[in-house]
Amino acid sequence: MKARVYVMPKAGVLDPQGKAIGHALEGLGFAGVGEVRAGKVIELELAETDAAKAKAAAEEMARRLLANTVIESFRVEVL
Amino acid sequence: MKAVVVVFPGTNRERDMAIALERATGRKPVMLFHRETALPAGTDLVVLPGGFSYGDYLRCGAMAAQSPIMREVAGFAAKGGHVLGVCNGFQILCEAGLLPGALLRNASLRFLSMDCHMRVERAGTPYTAHWQQGAVFRAPMAHGDGNFFCDDETHARLVAENLVAFRYCTPEGTLTDAANRNGARDNIAGIVSPNLRVCGLMPHPEDLVDPLMGGTDGLPMFTSLVDSLAAA
Repeated sequence: MKARVYVMPKAGVLDPQGKAIGHALEGLGFAGVGEVRAGKVIELELAETDAAKAKAAAEEMARRLLANTVIESFRVEVL
Repeated sequence: MKAVVVVFPGTNRERDMAIALERATGRKPVMLFHRETALPAGTDLVVLPGGFSYGDYLRCGAMAAQSPIMREVAGFAAKGGHVLGVCNGFQILCEAGLLPGALLRNASLRFLSMDCHMRVERAGTPYTAHWQQGAVFRAPMAHGDGNFFCDDETHARLVAENLVAFRYCTPEGTLTDAANRNGARDNIAGIVSPNLRVCGLMPHPEDLVDPLMGGTDGLPMFTSLVDSLAAA
């Protein structure tokens, strides 16, 4: 089954990339855009067929490698 | 002093580091590829040099931190071994959990390739013994992700335990925002572990160790290591 890992900069961690995107949107004339945060999405194809086990495995992968929990938070979604 | 320089795919400052180590020690360091699973017998110092290991994929240093040799390096550090990480090496040490914090994208979003000045905040370590406390020295820097970050609790501990080794400053030694080009928290350029044996910093002292390079500002780091490790 497929797992999707969403990795985002933690609140309070400077996200200059998000800021730059925000500025660019403003430059394009999009009004009313507040804070912009940029993260990443990682899709995993897993052999595991049990959703709970797949989620637990993906969370362990996120903790060990996919996210740096000093600066990033993550959320796993099993599809 | 037997020094080992670890080379990952994408490392590109290993030769600069080897020149600096050879100049200080009179011996060529061992260049060790990342696939190795053991450090040479009698290793005194492991150096993780600068570069863009694994193309900076995922996060700078994230892939290198998981490579086979890093398990050995972590074991070596746990036994009290000396480990120096410069630039990408610093990022790898943080990713591997051997030093706290993380290196974020430069606040300006620009790659910074220029000289900077650093103030020695913690003299008397194996890496800083040949500088006076508060000494200012110049070093080149070349990085896109050198913005040191740590949470409040970690920052308080680094300061309380006096583990900040270097801070970015003006040539006169004043800590200013302008001198802190990458936006690092509290102008932190480099830190040491509680046992003072693991050190990471973003700028490149190894690139100023000979008058032909334009100066010898970085040489004290290497002569300090030679003295500290010879005495150990």
